[in-house]
Amino acid sequence: MFELLGIPPQALFGQLLLGLINGSFYALLSLGLAVIFGLLNIINFSHGAQYMMGAFVAWMLLTYTGINYWWALLIVPLVVGASGVVIERLMISRLYHLDHLYGLLLTFGLALIIQGLFRNQYGVSGLPYSIPAELSGGTNLGFMFLPNYRGWVIVASVVVCFATWFAIEKTRLGAYLRAATENPTLVGAFGINVPRMITLTYGFGVALAALAGVLAAPIYSVNPNMGADLIIVVFAVVVIGGMGSILGAILTGFGLGIVEGLTRVFYPEGSAVVIFVIMAIVLLVKPAGLFGRTQ
Amino acid sequence: MTTQSETGYRSEAAALPIGTPRHHMVIFAVLFGLLLVAPSVLYPVFLMKVLCFALFASALNLLLGFGGLLSFGHAAFFGSSSYVAAYAAKAWGFNPEFAILLGVLAAAVLGLGIGALAIRRQGIYFAMVTLAFAQMVFFFALQAPFTGGEDGIQAVPRGRLFGLIDLSSDLTLYFVVLAIVFGALLLIYRIIHSPFGQVLKAIRDNEPRSVSLGYKVNRYKLAVFVMSAALAGLAGATKAIVFQLASLTDVYWTMSGEVVLMTLLGGMGTVFGPLIGAAVIVTMQNYFAGFGAWVTVLQGAIFVVSVLLFREGIVGVLAKWLKKPL
Repeated sequence: MFELLGIPPQALFGQLLLGLINGSFYALLSLGLAVIFGLLNIINFSHGAQYMMGAFVAWMLLTYTGINYWWALLIVPLVVGASGVVIERLMISRLYHLDHLYGLLLTFGLALIIQGLFRNQYGVSGLPYSIPAELSGGTNLGFMFLPNYRGWVIVASVVVCFATWFAIEKTRLGAYLRAATENPTLVGAFGINVPRMITLTYGFGVALAALAGVLAAPIYSVNPNMGADLIIVVFAVVVIGGMGSILGAILTGFGLGIVEGLTRVFYPEGSAVVIFVIMAIVLLVKPAGLFGRTQ
Repeated sequence: MTTQSETGYRSEAAALPIGTPRHHMVIFAVLFGLLLVAPSVLYPVFLMKVLCFALFASALNLLLGFGGLLSFGHAAFFGSSSYVAAYAAKAWGFNPEFAILLGVLAAAVLGLGIGALAIRRQGIYFAMVTLAFAQMVFFFALQAPFTGGEDGIQAVPRGRLFGLIDLSSDLTLYFVVLAIVFGALLLIYRIIHSPFGQVLKAIRDNEPRSVSLGYKVNRYKLAVFVMSAALAGLAGATKAIVFQLASLTDVYWTMSGEVVLMTLLGGMGTVFGPLIGAAVIVTMQNYFAGFGAWVTVLQGAIFVVSVLLFREGIVGVLAKWLKKPL
């Protein structure tokens, strides 16, 4: 076997795979944040908690009702997305006339409530969610062994990201959405129900987070804190990418996942902070973010 | 959604007039008098905790309420200063006053670094950047060899103030902490009412106008960020000496959230709000300590209620009611 810079290829590809997996979640979550931010102008701090809810609802469906993973992929985003719609209608919609920081503070409070409730009910030790039978096992790719489920997560998140991009950039509904992002008053004057669009957009963003949670459930143990630290990294991803572009959010997410994986190979101690270091560099060089527009 | 600028938070409470209203001095004097006799009624360690967090929240309020900059990463300064002071007191045997000073210095330097980067973005990006950097500091504290990892730095000696006064008695320490915190609060008050503070408020209310008037806005923002970081560091270092402990809790994002909550609940942009907010939250934590994660739920609920119904905060509402800035 050849070696790359003294690193055995199995280790290198293994970490690259792990990086791609993390990148899939960064991409899905920062995509949801970007979609919500685009129209609502708030940063959804409860995004991590909603991702955690996604994993928990999938676990509950399996444990209490026996509904399997594949149905969970469909049901969970709908259920959690619906809870997002309720939150937007009852609370967030009251803040649009205020400074955007209040939206951040409100969703931070919601995140605390959600996490606290789940911690009370299920503790912090984590609950196992087994990989669906169809995706257990793995494939030997010649240069490395790929667990099937991990391959599936990457494929699924690429497909979902692409579908979201397509829906926003290439369809009529997406055109309304982009127009409303630019100028909600004008779009409303054309007879489009902008408040409803805002509500559904928030629901959709939350559903994306929940979907990421279902995908994550078999990989990481399902526990109430799983979203809390992740969301801070995703914030850094969002700052690096800038929230101006959907494609930018996706590319930054995957790219930073890979960079993190590579760091784990070459300088393991730095892997926890590498994204923050990149954020610092980006702030110095291109403060608006790699794909961002200066406001 | 709105035409409002992204550049910061505008206080809904009555704006402070130029000059020093006499009733503020009266309130400060009464507060000081009450705190002098408070240890005869309340447990000194509890009071010291309230004082430390009151200072921490006031430091954040200097930045948020008067500078219009929401830092979601102030635990980085509180915590790192707490670690530095604890390490200096324990490993190097520093007197408490030097340990605290070193902690403050560390927080100020860290504030200079993070602040210089964070002020390059505005509004919610600023909040996210500070939060992310604070998380970086957290990972550093988790992995660095001298922080004790999960255990933190325990059994920090309280030592002798100026090498003379033994601080092992809670009551003696209480009066020292009272002096430190009160001195710092008066300093914050002075900063708010100085010409510098007036410029700061101008930037908060209308940044483009301040730029057009020729103010170097970024210098002011960085200066107030460093001051706020140093004062948060003072709170953290004092806390480390009081509790003889520096731990990961001090530097975790939940701590940053808590101090934002104290400021919000008490009243952003008011002088006395953060003190009230800190007292309420610390008292609540004390009473609900046995209820596990319900404290988190309750804090989240207070956040939600404050944002939806109560944006002026306790003192802000009082100020409106009394028609006097507090």
